[in-house]
Amino acid sequence: MKVIGLRLALPAAVLALVLSAPSRADEMGGPGFSSQELRAKLDYCKTCHGLSGQGYRGYFPMPRLAGQQPKYLENQLRAFYERRRSNPVMANVAHALSPSMVAALAAHFKDLNTNPIGGAPKEPVALGKTIYELGLPEANIPACSACHGPEAKGQGEIPRLAGQLFPYTVKTLGNWSKERGQGPAKDDTSFIMAATTHNLTQAQVAAIAAYVGSLR
Amino acid sequence: MKRIKSKTAIVAIVFSLAGPLSAGESLPIRNCTWCHGSSAQGFSTAPRLAGQREKYIENQLLSFSAHIRDNPLSQQYMWGATANLSPEAMRDFAAYFSSLPPKAANDGDPQLAAQGRAIYELGIAEANVAACLVCHGPNAEGIREIPRLGGLSHAYLKRRLEQWGQGFHAAAEPMPQITRALSPNEIDALASYLSFVAYESLE
Ligand code: HEC
Ligand code: HEC
Ligand code: HEC
Ligand code: HEC
Repeated sequence: MKVIGLRLALPAAVLALVLSAPSRADEMGGPGFSSQELRAKLDYCKTCHGLSGQGYRGYFPMPRLAGQQPKYLENQLRAFYERRRSNPVMANVAHALSPSMVAALAAHFKDLNTNPIGGAPKEPVALGKTIYELGLPEANIPACSACHGPEAKGQGEIPRLAGQLFPYTVKTLGNWSKERGQGPAKDDTSFIMAATTHNLTQAQVAAIAAYVGSLR
Repeated sequence: MKRIKSKTAIVAIVFSLAGPLSAGESLPIRNCTWCHGSSAQGFSTAPRLAGQREKYIENQLLSFSAHIRDNPLSQQYMWGATANLSPEAMRDFAAYFSSLPPKAANDGDPQLAAQGRAIYELGIAEANVAACLVCHGPNAEGIREIPRLGGLSHAYLKRRLEQWGQGFHAAAEPMPQITRALSPNEIDALASYLSFVAYESLE
């Protein structure tokens, strides 16, 4: 009786170990959080930013995060958190993220590649391309491509603009000094864009937003 | 003379029950207000249609007739009510009902309204609850295909939010994922707050 009992118990114990081992490894998503927590957080971001990070047109536009530069994404989350960039909803979202979680989220979004959601007007695209590539020297507007790159993919703390939602880019360039670089003066990358956004007319903003929004 | 009149009346009734409506004909509103209330402010289990977003109403009518919106009361009532509606008639109903001024149901629990408002406006980031405001608007007014929520009845809102969690109407992106993060108490609070949001305070 005892022998049989032991024989039965042993394989069962081994089986339990084998089954639990991969699931425990699965939980090791990174320092300080499990892979389930990471997945739940990603699902959360994507309810607003689109299932493949392509962005979403709600009452307010939710920007595309797919293919975004990790450094830029991390910078912006910190800016929301420190309220240098004003948006109460994203301030709360950023508040609940650890630095290691932010790094994991940024790496995930960088690797997403999805088509732009479209919806931008077609007519001003040609003007937008000209301004993007050559700037408007007479109006003191630099070529955007000099920093954002010839394909608008960005680099480091300079954001990708390709495929960004038209209404989001229009709103962002139109409200720059009301939304960015807020609070007591700090080192903030947003000042780099401030003069440029002041010199652009509404029609030029719409043209650039239509152009970069159409880029893959 | 009399006989001819009664014949056309019968023909008209038969058409309005079974035939597809063309855009030119006047809308048989009573086929809807019978359940949704005489000024479409909602009645019993049928929700308010007055002031709902035009594109949203049209989308819902299409999804009832395609059996994509499969909530129990949708199956019971709206699958039949849309079975013989042409796409033009759906558009006409949507245009008509969206143009009526909505009234707030005001039937939630006032004690829960402040909690509901906080979730609506800011979400609960620690629990991955999304802020509703970014999509449904600062005054729950909706836009395009995103519905107005302000002033819908507590019972209807609660039922909708609960039934996504039970797997109904799974195609209604992004609401199934959003409601997954909500507790029963949070659903009650949201439904309470929204029932008090009035049209007058909106546009
Ligand atoms: C409730 C909806 C919502 C959720 C959930 C949400 N966001 Fe956002 N997010 C927004 C909105 C709205 C904006 C636009 C803010 C603005 O207009 O300045 C935004 C902006 C951003 C930006 C700035 C993008 C840019 O191009 O400058 C980043 C980065 C971002 N979100 C990351 C995230 C991450 C990561 C998550 C998940 C942890 C997340 N968001 C969850 C609504 C949301
Ligand atoms: C000198 C380099 C430089 C030039 C030139 C430049 N940008 Fe930028 N741009 C930046 C940096 C850096 C940021 C990030 C700012 C921040 O951190 O807030 C940025 C941010 C932006 C954003 C915000 C993106 C988002 O997702 O919110 C837009 C839109 C933008 N730039 C458009 C333009 C356009 C249009 C031009 C040309 C007219 C242009 N930029 C020229 C450096 C530059
Ligand atoms: C027999 C009663 C009944 C009739 C007749 C009826 N409805 Fe409904 N309707 C309901 C009920 C009950 C619901 C709620 C379904 C649910 O809870 O899923 C509903 C839901 C709806 C919705 C969804 C509203 C929302 O906020 O999502 C729309 C739109 C609608 N009906 C339009 C109509 C139109 C248009 C007609 C006339 C052609 C009509 N209904 C006729 C009972 C009815
Ligand atoms: C990312 C955008 C987005 C966010 C965030 C969002 N919703 Fe929605 N909601 C939608 C869309 C789109 C629909 C319409 C779905 C469909 O087509 O059936 C909807 C539908 C609804 C409906 C159905 C209304 C009716 O008349 O039947 C309710 C209720 C609702 N949402 C409540 C909420 C609540 C509460 C929150 C916050 C916890 C929320 N939503 C957050 C986009 C959103």
